[in-house]
Amino acid sequence: MTSSENDLTSWFDSKLDDLQKQIDKLGKGDAAGAAEPDATAVQTTSAPAVRTSTRPGRGTPTSEVGRNGSAVADDVHEARNAASALAAHRRPAPTATPRRRLDLGGGYQLGVDVGGTFTDLLLIEEATGQTFTAKVPSTPDDSSRGVLNGIERICAIAGIEPSAIGSVMHGTTVATNTVLTGSGARVGLVTTKGYKQTLQIARSYVPGGLGGWVIFNKTDPLAPLELTLEADERMGARGEIVDPLNEETLRRDLRKLQGEGIEAMTVSLLNAYTNGATEQRVRRVIEEMLPGIPVSISSEVVPEMYEYERTETTVVNSYIRPVVSKYIENLKSELDRRMNGVQLHILRSDGGLASAEAAKATPVNLLMSGPAGGVSGAIWMAKQAGFDQLLTFDMGGTSTDVALIQDGVAQTRRETRVADVTVRASSVDVRTVGAGGGSIAYVPELTRALRVGPQSAGAEPGPAAYGKGGGEPTVTDANVVLGYLPANARLGGDMKLDVEAAEAAVSRIAKAMDLPVKATAEGIINIVNENMFGALRLVSVEKGFDPRDFALIGFGGAGPLHANALGKLMNSWPVIIPPGPGVLCAYGDATTRVRDEASRTFVRRFDETSDAEVADELEGLMRQAAEALNAEGVPRNEQTTLYQIDLRYHGQGMQLTVDITPEEFAQGGLREVSRRFDAMHEQLFTFRLDAMHESYNLRALVQGRESSAKAHQLDHGTGDPSGAAYEQTGVYVDGREHTAKIFDRLSLKAGDRITGPAVVTEMDSTTMILNDHIGKVDEVGNILITPASH
Amino acid sequence: MPARVIQSNPTPFKKVDLDLITLDIIENAMRNARTEMDAVLFRTAMSPGIREQHDAFPMIANADGKMVVGQFGSFFHGFQQGYDGDIEEGDIFLTNDPYFCNGAISHLNDWLTMMPIYIDGRIVAWAAMFGHMTDIGGKVPGSLPTDAAQIFEEGIQIPPTKIYRNGELNEEILELILRNCRLPDWNRSDFNAIVAALRLAERRVVEMADRFGVDVLHNAMQEMLDRNKRAMQEILQMVIPEAPQYFEDFIDDDGLGMGPYKIACTMWREGKRVIFDFEGTDPQSISSVNFLLNEEMFKMFLGSFFINIFDPQILFNDGFYDLVDVRIPRGTILKPIRPAALSSRTHMLARIFDIMSGLLGQGSPDALCAAGFSDSPHFMYSGYDKEGEWYQLYQIGFGGVPGRPAGDGPDGHSLWPSFTNVPNEFLEAYFPLRIVRYETIADSGGPGLHRGGNGLSMGYQFLEPGEISIHDDRWLTHPWGVNGGQPGRRSNKLMIRRDGTQEWMESKCDRIKVEAGDTLYFNTWGGGGWGDPLKRDAERVALDTKRGLVTMDGAKRYGVVLNEDLSVDERATTGLRDRMATNRGEVKLFDTGGTMEDLKARCMADTHLEPPKQPIFQKWMQVRQPMKQAAE
Repeated sequence: MTSSENDLTSWFDSKLDDLQKQIDKLGKGDAAGAAEPDATAVQTTSAPAVRTSTRPGRGTPTSEVGRNGSAVADDVHEARNAASALAAHRRPAPTATPRRRLDLGGGYQLGVDVGGTFTDLLLIEEATGQTFTAKVPSTPDDSSRGVLNGIERICAIAGIEPSAIGSVMHGTTVATNTVLTGSGARVGLVTTKGYKQTLQIARSYVPGGLGGWVIFNKTDPLAPLELTLEADERMGARGEIVDPLNEETLRRDLRKLQGEGIEAMTVSLLNAYTNGATEQRVRRVIEEMLPGIPVSISSEVVPEMYEYERTETTVVNSYIRPVVSKYIENLKSELDRRMNGVQLHILRSDGGLASAEAAKATPVNLLMSGPAGGVSGAIWMAKQAGFDQLLTFDMGGTSTDVALIQDGVAQTRRETRVADVTVRASSVDVRTVGAGGGSIAYVPELTRALRVGPQSAGAEPGPAAYGKGGGEPTVTDANVVLGYLPANARLGGDMKLDVEAAEAAVSRIAKAMDLPVKATAEGIINIVNENMFGALRLVSVEKGFDPRDFALIGFGGAGPLHANALGKLMNSWPVIIPPGPGVLCAYGDATTRVRDEASRTFVRRFDETSDAEVADELEGLMRQAAEALNAEGVPRNEQTTLYQIDLRYHGQGMQLTVDITPEEFAQGGLREVSRRFDAMHEQLFTFRLDAMHESYNLRALVQGRESSAKAHQLDHGTGDPSGAAYEQTGVYVDGREHTAKIFDRLSLKAGDRITGPAVVTEMDSTTMILNDHIGKVDEVGNILITPASH
Repeated sequence: MPARVIQSNPTPFKKVDLDLITLDIIENAMRNARTEMDAVLFRTAMSPGIREQHDAFPMIANADGKMVVGQFGSFFHGFQQGYDGDIEEGDIFLTNDPYFCNGAISHLNDWLTMMPIYIDGRIVAWAAMFGHMTDIGGKVPGSLPTDAAQIFEEGIQIPPTKIYRNGELNEEILELILRNCRLPDWNRSDFNAIVAALRLAERRVVEMADRFGVDVLHNAMQEMLDRNKRAMQEILQMVIPEAPQYFEDFIDDDGLGMGPYKIACTMWREGKRVIFDFEGTDPQSISSVNFLLNEEMFKMFLGSFFINIFDPQILFNDGFYDLVDVRIPRGTILKPIRPAALSSRTHMLARIFDIMSGLLGQGSPDALCAAGFSDSPHFMYSGYDKEGEWYQLYQIGFGGVPGRPAGDGPDGHSLWPSFTNVPNEFLEAYFPLRIVRYETIADSGGPGLHRGGNGLSMGYQFLEPGEISIHDDRWLTHPWGVNGGQPGRRSNKLMIRRDGTQEWMESKCDRIKVEAGDTLYFNTWGGGGWGDPLKRDAERVALDTKRGLVTMDGAKRYGVVLNEDLSVDERATTGLRDRMATNRGEVKLFDTGGTMEDLKARCMADTHLEPPKQPIFQKWMQVRQPMKQAAE
């Protein structure tokens, strides 16, 4: 274990390493070894039994997608009504036969988070809610080995056989990493005649201000133009086939792609969001001409208007599909060896769960799987502490993710962004800023301003303090200089922080600014905090929420170091520091509620439709989603339904989503929907219009019951944490030196009160409590920081 | 008489010492506030021009009206000079009158709103936003009549007007204005969206003042301006030589068959000051292609160009204005006299960037960019559909960004910030149109070590009878190449009528009747090439060919010979490149594709259009003021 744990950069990078090695090793079927000797495990004592929830699961034959809106038959030529034709969209459709419900007595579910250094596991006994956690070293060469080690370990702790585990839930960064490292598949693309360059032209947008074109260099599309061909066909905007597909020319052109080493194919035809029939025909021809190559078609992946966004999303799906498929298959087969018939579920970007099959078919829905796990875990841990209005603050090595949680529910949005790739896929509404522990501070000669990031030192060479050859001053170095990251802290690492190197790096810019080293370091921290403050404002103030109504929960490798300062800026209290990042994600994975949704595009002005028509549509969608859950073993009486209507003023380009329960809709209908929309519009934009409302999407969300898991309870202490203090150190806060104690987090007891300034260390993170603040340890191990004056 | 500012609190702001960190934090906060203004506007506006294409620009200025964050520089100086009245708390001003604010906005479609931000009876800052309205009345749908002879034909003129007084909307004036517009719903909601963006800026400024103190905020804004001035001073010293540099470029015609019109500019430095003198520029036009160029806006263009080359992180603002002196003779096409028409100024406006490139690059050829997509060509289509409902589309086109020191120019992209295209599926869903082609034009980017971006070919098939307008340029003159790079291909417009007959359309025309089944190919131009095309990696040329961005014949302009399978024929390539290098003679800094005489002589053969005639300059237009207009 190394102190670099405190920096998500290295965590992230070694995770990439894992992945690469694992991919290299695919198919070798390396058997799991025994649990590593230094593995730690914690058995939790737990509250009495509550009744179980059933296990989620999803079968997903993709052929059923579109059965409600987009035509399935080849020869559908009929024109559709302009407004209602816009495609229906079902998320993965249910399997035909309901899955057997798990035995209430023997059911266990397992959450697994694979980090660069640790693999964290959380086991829940469904009948009682009792939880067990285990932490084992990750095995970067083949991460399934570490997972299996962990399973051995946690089963030994719980005293069960691995076969008692019914399902494994896993959040993964494999999809994200494939995009970030550019290691995806060689993708071919079929477009409509005249639209070959849809990705080349994109939206014609040049970033930067006036004159930004002088330095803008566009990256090549993920589906190279030389592997793109045009189908001779045309669909109209109302779903009518204007020109049928010319299969002959398509075959001729596809022949040219044979032997090009294509690993995945994409079909994205103009107006296919209104009618997927031609895309399906093209797919059949491709499957014939390029057998064995997975084909993603836009009318299934994202049946939405806007050809560039739909094409890009479908291409990204193709790009990551082979890598993600291999990863999931490998993990699944390793799990099957030990636990025959176990269900593997992957956490989706929107916080829902996908069956292994669904995840393999539409991996574009997994791009934010990792952060979604963190957010889910944060919601769950905060709930144990009694908070459900939250700002989540997940700070890593290169970037920081923030989200707003209202009433314990994460907002989602129809857009996912990874580096410069933006796709139309639902994800937890996480805003990312390029500010993290590895962000580099610099002083441009021309302005002599202090700038921090977005450039990052990454894992190699990393911050100067890591002694791996990095010389640039980073945020982590500033934390070291200020004493927030203690040099000789018991970080459990075999790597010491190099304080001198950190000081040398920071002093270089201190000279440029003519400031003392410590003042400069504090400046770096203040600037990076300000950048993250901007992101937090984006999800709160800028959406009309008052941050004082929210608690701030800080996690990730570097989050606990900065969370207290961000709490001060936002005036959001308490600042909650949950147990370490790995455990948190495992909690998130394991406690995610099974959920399904069905939606369709339904563009109607409110004066063109009626309450009854909309209610009919929504009920139809609800039935689809409910059946899907039913098929996965969640009985109707455990399901709850929420309707969502995306709407706008007729003429606007954006939509706002109004949530409404079936009962509320039955009572208030579209008038109530309009009222809520007007109120939201006014909250967000300061005005409402006397204009006609127009629906855009209808959606029914159906979810199963909440997880029965109970958090691990700490022993009660006396309130005095001094037993956990193991060292004294100096910290520099607000321009002055202070003495601070360093505490060992695992030795803290419930009820302990830590007076700042203080530093709390644990295996994979470090918490800074500022002066004039107090950190209280709650029953489940959260540290709740509030101003001393509160 | 200039405007009177009414402030109940006469206390001047205190001078306070600022620590650098606080300054940087306020700078960030300002930047965020500006981004937020955009976000609110784009989400709530209704016209595709603003909500999809983002033809709108926000700004926050200090108490004196100097732009602290924004894009097009401050409008306040011009406004305060032109407005004869009081400025009070709760006011929001609306104007679209270029002649009333010395060209701070440059045609009537741009609606400019301005709001003083008061805290405790003092103006602390100003917020402003302008956006392009799809229609403001006048003689043609879209309100951009190329053949307008006077501004009265171009729609309603709104001199600076208190559209909000004491926080209250003046509804009667707004209704009067909207009554004059063809799409009042769009104007109304776009106007609301703009005001919402101003209110947001106000909230942010007030929050900043609460957080840091009003004096700190005031001083920080001043320091941000000073910081920018220091940075620009170094850049200007470094890049602009004392010896005069001259450059000229053209717009091709005025839509009335006359042209080209010359823009001439001489640049030199006197110590710390830099002078740009437009002496030699042609007189104003009798059509609407005139561009009332605001001196300060020119400075902003200049600064943004430099900042992007030298330090894009600098927060860009007005701070350096004193260092630059811009002289534009009155009565020229860049300083026309009222009531000259102004609506179609887009060509001249964008061409200013080519002028700047040409001037600045002579001093430092490594920083020289080729001629780019210096225009926002317009396409307009309107009429009554089968249900008798009025439809009206205004769309901006895109083309080839030039080859630059940084690399190849992107194909079919924008030269302006924040602009995006309108998705074709959106067009087909909401307008009686089918877009039958949307691709870039192979070989249209000028060959160079860094290739110019390709122009874009957009095929509009009309599904209803209606009328269209086309506003474009660079059909006669080429987007020039630099440092050995060759010019990009020019624009053209080809109409294929339903019966198959072909018509080459004029580059600028209005009220062209179309029938269902007619198809217009709107082809924009490519960017000029940068650097020696014979030195471009032959494999890169082969790849461009495989991608359909360059043809096999086009590859020969790089001296690259390709085999049947599009692989490089090494021997033939070496041979061809040697021959070309020997035969071409001296490599010129600029390659304009021939003299104006040549271009005119070949015009009919090359473009299927008659060459433009020498403009007739009316006598009163030729009178030059003896005194130069300058910001002295």
